[in-house]
Amino acid sequence: MLERAGRLVVSLLAAAGDVSIFGFRAIRELFTPPYELRETVRQLFELGLRSAPLIAVSGMAVGVVLSMHTRASLERFGAESMIPAGLAIALVRETGPLTCGLLLSGRIGAGIGAELGAMRVTEQIDALEASAVDAFRYLVVTRVAACIIALPILTTIMNFAGMIGGFLAETTTTGMPLPLYFNRAFSIVDLTDYVPATVKTMVFGFIIATISSYLGFTTESGTEGVGRASTRAVVFSSIGIIVANVVLVRLIFFIFPKAAGG
Amino acid sequence: MSQTMAAPVTRQTAAGGDPAVRLDHVTKAFGTRKVLDDLSLDVAPGCGFVILGRSGTGKSVLLRHIIGLVRPDSGRVFVGGSEVSALAGPELSKVRQSIGFLFQNAALFDSISVGENVAFPMRRHTRLGDAEIRERAQQKLAAVGLDREYTKMPAALSGGMRKRAGLARAMALDPAVLLVDEPSAGLDPITSDEIDSLLFELKGQGGTTIIVVTHNIPSARRLGDELVMLHEGRILAQGTAAELDRSDNEMVQAFMQSQHSG
Repeated sequence: MLERAGRLVVSLLAAAGDVSIFGFRAIRELFTPPYELRETVRQLFELGLRSAPLIAVSGMAVGVVLSMHTRASLERFGAESMIPAGLAIALVRETGPLTCGLLLSGRIGAGIGAELGAMRVTEQIDALEASAVDAFRYLVVTRVAACIIALPILTTIMNFAGMIGGFLAETTTTGMPLPLYFNRAFSIVDLTDYVPATVKTMVFGFIIATISSYLGFTTESGTEGVGRASTRAVVFSSIGIIVANVVLVRLIFFIFPKAAGG
Repeated sequence: MSQTMAAPVTRQTAAGGDPAVRLDHVTKAFGTRKVLDDLSLDVAPGCGFVILGRSGTGKSVLLRHIIGLVRPDSGRVFVGGSEVSALAGPELSKVRQSIGFLFQNAALFDSISVGENVAFPMRRHTRLGDAEIRERAQQKLAAVGLDREYTKMPAALSGGMRKRAGLARAMALDPAVLLVDEPSAGLDPITSDEIDSLLFELKGQGGTTIIVVTHNIPSARRLGDELVMLHEGRILAQGTAAELDRSDNEMVQAFMQSQHSG
């Protein structure tokens, strides 16, 4: 039993090492010409723009629910006027970035894992190499770049949609007008709340793209392997995001004490 | 001239000049299984070279060595005088541009149209304008009888059509060496004959060295100026089809006779 656990830990550490090497290579090649601009733009469209409806709808729903919870809590203290600000802080600092990251680890992570996995088992990646194209640069670096660019944008969309959702919930209950809602919402939110939390999602994007690409790129065992790569891409990207978030929040508090309320 | 042996064989080209492809004491193992065992061979420029052998004898691995998709554990691989096994990056890319590869399942890029598959190598490696690339891709498709399929997606093609499209893509840059991995695999006899005819026609045009891995003996007889039979990673027999027919090795005889009818 102990031996099996040991073997599992060793294999997990080995896999983590392989993913890290894969990720470092992606970062290095991200800044080394020639750049695959056309393919990067295509990936931005595929991974970013096509995720926007999911993010907008989810953001609105999250905003409605958050607003209802915030109202339930603040009503006890007679602080209903703080609902928009409380919602904005919660969304911008944590709920928006993390929810967006997790949602995209599902949509983008599964997509990349399955697509690259299928390309591997149908020899399309070999065909790219045989066509004298650097498959890593063409398939992986472009997706990493697209995810790093797309995540902060999509997070901003989620935050905004969440605020709209919160407003709809609030105005339905109290009839609060839009200008007053946003005035109150942004009364205590400033750039130190928005920028670090949103920049943080660039790391989420990197994690999703790297882990999913690695799993797709190293797929074996035919179509069964493709399914496994897709599932694992979602699971490990999600875990990666949640763990990284702990470290990043600590780092943000250290660099921006104001973000911690200090 | 027929050689039936367990030891590796190195032949000089008929003209005594540089071979188009040379493998020099190549050994490759996957895990504990030795797939190529100290294998040496030369392929003369412009010749039709056929590699025969039972499944799992290293035929496809040999092709992958020639284009640098697999590196030997020991030994060297040369294409047109360049040592592919020692190259990487732009140098390897340059050699690969002189090699076309028709994969067993065609390995068409399924996210782009058939025409764009053929245009892809030209877009990557030439400075031709868009209109000219489209025209040339159309010509390549016409040469394999697919001139009306430019805008179709690969998924909409039959197995034989996919293979023909793969051949058009492999020939997109007019390569000096064409590698063909089991052109008959998964095809009915008539479609298989069509692919053979295309390869035969190509061979008749001269200028391209064609290296074919096949189990199809009639096809091997038609295309092969020279045939080698691999067994356990080594060359078991080498010569013309007539020479292999006269081989006193039982396995060679069985192989050549059992599939006389195709």
